[in-house]
Amino acid sequence: MIDKKEAAEIIIGAVLLAAGLVIHFTGGDALTEAILLGAGCIICGYEVVMECVSNIRGGTIFDENLLMTIAVVGAFLIGEYPEALAVLLFYRVGEMFEHYAVDRSRRSIAALTDIMPDTANVIRDGKTISVSPSEVEVGEKVLIKPGDKVPIDCKVLEGASSVDTKALTGESMPRDIDAGDELFGGFINLTGPITAETLRPYGESAVSRIMKMIEDSASRKASSERFITVFARYYTPAVCLISFLVFLLPVLLLGGAVQTWLYRALTILVVSCPCALVISVPMSFFCGIGGASKLGILVKGGNFLEMLAKTETVVFDKTGTLTKGTFSVSKIHPSENMTEDQLIEMAAEAEFYSSHPISLSIKDMYGKAIDPAVVGASQNVPGRGVITEVKGSAVHIGNLKMMSAMGHNATDACCKGTKIHIATENGGYLGHIAVSDVAKADSVLAVKALKEDGIKTVMLTGDNGEVAEAIAKEVGVDEEHSDLLPQDKLSVLENIIKEGKGATVFVGDGINDAPSLARADVGIAMGGIGSDAAVEAADVVIMNDSPANVVSAIRISKRTMRIVWENIIFALAVKFVILCMAVFGYADMYLAIFGDVGVTIIAILNAARCLSVGSTVLKGSITDPDYPKTNISI
Amino acid sequence: MKMVMKVEGVCCPNCADKIERKISSLNGVDSATLAYMTQKLTLEISGDPESISNDVEKIILKTVSKAKITKV
Repeated sequence: MIDKKEAAEIIIGAVLLAAGLVIHFTGGDALTEAILLGAGCIICGYEVVMECVSNIRGGTIFDENLLMTIAVVGAFLIGEYPEALAVLLFYRVGEMFEHYAVDRSRRSIAALTDIMPDTANVIRDGKTISVSPSEVEVGEKVLIKPGDKVPIDCKVLEGASSVDTKALTGESMPRDIDAGDELFGGFINLTGPITAETLRPYGESAVSRIMKMIEDSASRKASSERFITVFARYYTPAVCLISFLVFLLPVLLLGGAVQTWLYRALTILVVSCPCALVISVPMSFFCGIGGASKLGILVKGGNFLEMLAKTETVVFDKTGTLTKGTFSVSKIHPSENMTEDQLIEMAAEAEFYSSHPISLSIKDMYGKAIDPAVVGASQNVPGRGVITEVKGSAVHIGNLKMMSAMGHNATDACCKGTKIHIATENGGYLGHIAVSDVAKADSVLAVKALKEDGIKTVMLTGDNGEVAEAIAKEVGVDEEHSDLLPQDKLSVLENIIKEGKGATVFVGDGINDAPSLARADVGIAMGGIGSDAAVEAADVVIMNDSPANVVSAIRISKRTMRIVWENIIFALAVKFVILCMAVFGYADMYLAIFGDVGVTIIAILNAARCLSVGSTVLKGSITDPDYPKTNISI
Repeated sequence: MKMVMKVEGVCCPNCADKIERKISSLNGVDSATLAYMTQKLTLEISGDPESISNDVEKIILKTVSKAKITKV
């Protein structure tokens, strides 16, 4: 938003400057020139002088207002009227641009979380009425039609649909949802109507919590932010001193002309203003965090962003983080007289009554509804398996022990994971099905990318060595530790932290990961704002399930730090060069103005680049906007 | 105990730094952070909230007379 008064003053000042310059270069009346330019100075400058005075009264003597006031008054006194007004005018333009840019980045980041709809369709007394989402109470039913935004955090009661979760999670692909699934306010319902029960009031919705996290992150300052503030505190008085000495010493000791050296001293004052530094650093961090949130990565503070950039090792918890955490059928291995389809169908039917995770995965693999009429009685054989009557014949489904008890010489070293064998009394041994915890597709991408970035990867798990090794090989981690009890995980992590020189990151998703999340230099909790304990202990929260976001988070951090230092070095280098030039008389005030306002504008534009994070997204991951096209696997 | 205030109108990061330091040195204030980008003042206090809040307001208005303070 542009302040009209500010804009008016600048325009008037510009007009007066133009007029004054015309008179100056056409050799017109010097008095008129002085009056026009003087008027311009007063119009553009009175606020600067007032702030200078007010700040001095408030205890801050050395700030940019003082530098400008001295420079302008000084320039005017030595008769450099156009310079005086030009300095002031461009200073005001620079300030206006600063305010505009800061305001704009604040608003664009606020817009990222301004995704809740204005109305909710709540079902009360059998009627559907439209109310404000803040008026919906916990437990009330809401109707969400296709095309509507989910107005509140709720649980699906009726209806199946797919939802666009991009605004919160950064995922490009819609999610399929069904009765019992949880929805966050801000999701967009795509295909079918849904009736849902409200879980949390509007003020406690996931979006509100995300907003608050982003807001609070600006208050956790990075050490480079603090450094720059301390630096500026000493820098400004130092610059005033240098300027004063540049004026005084040559005049007193070398008999230099007052006019010349005063001009040079004032030029130094103008170029040395620390605005660029002090604005661009906090802005870079704020924009970096804002940019990360676009990918569903919530960083709780600039200090964590700074730490992530120094990552040396990433330690992953296995189940649920690198793997899907649910069993999946990985191989169907029938013997010669059966097909895969026949075997899985028989196994699913035999497991009809069971709700064990392995049975569920077999039934899931089969995928079709089982006709209860074909399934008869089922008998559990403890430690072995189950015998179920399917289509009149007894199916034995269980482990190797069950098979040898029947007299079958089955082997299953051919497949990895947990093996379930099937045999019937008439048909003999029919084959086995391998079930395992499956690695996420994005895990392989993530570990590969981390290796490319020169970062060591470690996997920790409580699972046994064989399973761990299989997953470790598939995903490609450098190191793995298996058979770990919860307290072992923490001590392994501690060792890694002690031995490392850079930062150690821990990535986990569950409640039992909280100690490790807290202990690591940066703790990253995956899977959204679900498990409160993990979210509380973590320093970074990833709103979706993809480990690829860990890589994006690290790349965003490195990029942000690069931009922060680019700005600091650029600003200081340019100012120093112009300062030296000014001492020897090679710089005029216009160059000094560039060295201040120009550098500030460049630094701010550079800082705003921290908001664009598209380049850190891994191709083929779920946050890749081309995801449906590049990812072919299921 | 945590206390948060929104402080608008501090457009010069120098003043923000000054305010932060003065508030940090108050009795009963363990730490103070004034975030320039979000205009939020976050305090960790161990004294009386009422009196600390008054002192904080005084400091802010003395440094930046046009500041607008809202308790969050």
